[in-house]
Amino acid sequence: MLAFTLRRAIQAIGVMIAVGVIAFSMFRFAGDPVNQIVSLDTPAAEREAVRKSLGLDDPVPVQFARYFANAAQFKFGVSYQFRQPVANLLMERMPATLELAACATVLAMVFGILMGVYSALRRDTILTKFFQAVSLIGISLPTFLIGILLIYLFSVTLGWLPSFGRGDVVRIGWWTTGLLTLSGLKALIMPSITLGLFQMTLIMRLVRAEMLEVLRTDYIRFARARGLTTRAIHFGHALKNTLVPVITVAGLQFGSVIAFAIITETVFQWPGMGLLFVQAVQNVDIPIMAAYLLMVSLIFVTINLVVDILYTVVDPRLRSTIRRPA
Amino acid sequence: MSDAVVPHRIESSPQRARSNASWLKRALDSDIFYSFRRSRMTMVAAGVTVLFFLLAIFASQLAVQNPFDPAQLQLMNSRISPLWTAEGQSPFLLGTDEQGRDVFSAILYGLRISLVVGVLGVIFAGTLGITLGLIAGYVGGAVDGLIMRIADVQLTFPAILIALLVNGVAKSVFNNRLDAGSTLAVLVVAIGLSFWVQYARTVRGSVMVEKNKDYVAAAQLIGLPAPKIMLRHVLPNTMGPILVIATINLALAIITEATLSFLGAGMPDTMPSLGTLIRIGNNYLFAGEWWIVAFPGIALAGLILSINLLGDWLRDALNPKLR
Repeated sequence: MLAFTLRRAIQAIGVMIAVGVIAFSMFRFAGDPVNQIVSLDTPAAEREAVRKSLGLDDPVPVQFARYFANAAQFKFGVSYQFRQPVANLLMERMPATLELAACATVLAMVFGILMGVYSALRRDTILTKFFQAVSLIGISLPTFLIGILLIYLFSVTLGWLPSFGRGDVVRIGWWTTGLLTLSGLKALIMPSITLGLFQMTLIMRLVRAEMLEVLRTDYIRFARARGLTTRAIHFGHALKNTLVPVITVAGLQFGSVIAFAIITETVFQWPGMGLLFVQAVQNVDIPIMAAYLLMVSLIFVTINLVVDILYTVVDPRLRSTIRRPA
Repeated sequence: MSDAVVPHRIESSPQRARSNASWLKRALDSDIFYSFRRSRMTMVAAGVTVLFFLLAIFASQLAVQNPFDPAQLQLMNSRISPLWTAEGQSPFLLGTDEQGRDVFSAILYGLRISLVVGVLGVIFAGTLGITLGLIAGYVGGAVDGLIMRIADVQLTFPAILIALLVNGVAKSVFNNRLDAGSTLAVLVVAIGLSFWVQYARTVRGSVMVEKNKDYVAAAQLIGLPAPKIMLRHVLPNTMGPILVIATINLALAIITEATLSFLGAGMPDTMPSLGTLIRIGNNYLFAGEWWIVAFPGIALAGLILSINLLGDWLRDALNPKLR
């Protein structure tokens, strides 16, 4: 168990170093940092001085080490467009993205599990057919089209919900939250649905498949033979056993929810990290792109590591297979 | 060789003559075609997909104007609603946009760009993935380890994020001065680099199985060079699953391109794809001019849905054991 955890941790660190190399190469080679600081008619000698003061004439490994040391302290340099430290910009926008991602995940989990269980237990009803149609749409419609559709329905036509922004936010320390005001909650509804729809279809399909599989097993047949109520069998035994993989997938998907938030945030002009990143790509703001890549990778890698370790804690069968020498 | 693509062809009716069975006859007689005919949904999806491809190919013949030639646009014709509404005007079937551009013509040209990027992206991803997969599976050892580690790491990152990063870096390298043609090339590369992993993994898996079979040993024995064995003998036996992945990937590639263009990191306004058209049209949604965004959106959704349905069917038809 300890060896497994250690090996996974070392792998995670390896991934982060690889991502760090990519981020550094982008930062250093894709855009010349000097050009972004000096103006077009700066003489060559002055450019050289700037280059020296930034440490750009040091050997590349030294520069890499410096970039890494800075990144570890959340110093990612200065944004070209905003002339502000990238770390501040990211921190300012992180609460918006995390709140949106969390809401979308909760939404996807609740409705995905409900719809999945229903369509596994009542296979031929009209409602099941409807759920399956919804899931086909969730996979086939691009996220931004769903967003536009919702905006047209609920903002333009009906005028019920705001089409952009976060509404009023409350500041708690450095964290800003839209969960405590009515306008904040209203603003959260459509972006969460847009972002969560794809995950919901994924979870629904997974729950349905797992439920059908579990319902065929011997212990379910045995439970029926013991005369347990259908409800106890379905929810106490079957559902419980399908939830382990579902929670794993949902956990692993949280990382991609944050990445997919890029699209949702652009559609709804949601002031999060994703919108910042898209603007950075449009305006070729390399420091923000590199920093975003590092931050998102850190979140991904951490989640993957935690899920891997939790998995072995939850499911003892895995532990014995892991102990076997590879 | 062609038998390898259709792994389990069963003669459905023995009385049919087998001796003079032509290529076409064999195709019509195959399991795949049988399952195709049995599924009405798949036939509709195939029809719609073919229709979209034909529309894209003959875009310049079918369009009432070249929507990207400013000389053919007249501001007088701007913001006309679709033909069947009260203010509709011929020949603008689906209405016009802010610049007097016919929406139907714009969709035809946009469809062409979307399909070109999608198909080229899939070809690029497939070539890269198949090559790396063949090498990893056939050579094995440290090379295999390296390629598959990269694949593992990349798989944890969503394709759209990778495509955006590739796009941003390319823009930066070329100082943000890319013309429309080079943007298209950048998009193809970005999509290719985001989707190669699945091909590599699948090919590697099949190669690991195939390379221990006698025919490979025989080929090695008569002294064929490794690249020739890989391409001429091993690869054809791994094509079934590749075809399925490529179909589903085409839908994903088109979505990715549309998303990039929608986010403003893809095709420019001067040479728009469906995604660009949707981004432009989105600006007029609040003014009530719904047709500028709705029809490109419907075209994109219909295209993706029919390709997805085809891919699902192909997966089930080629391998009944899956699902």
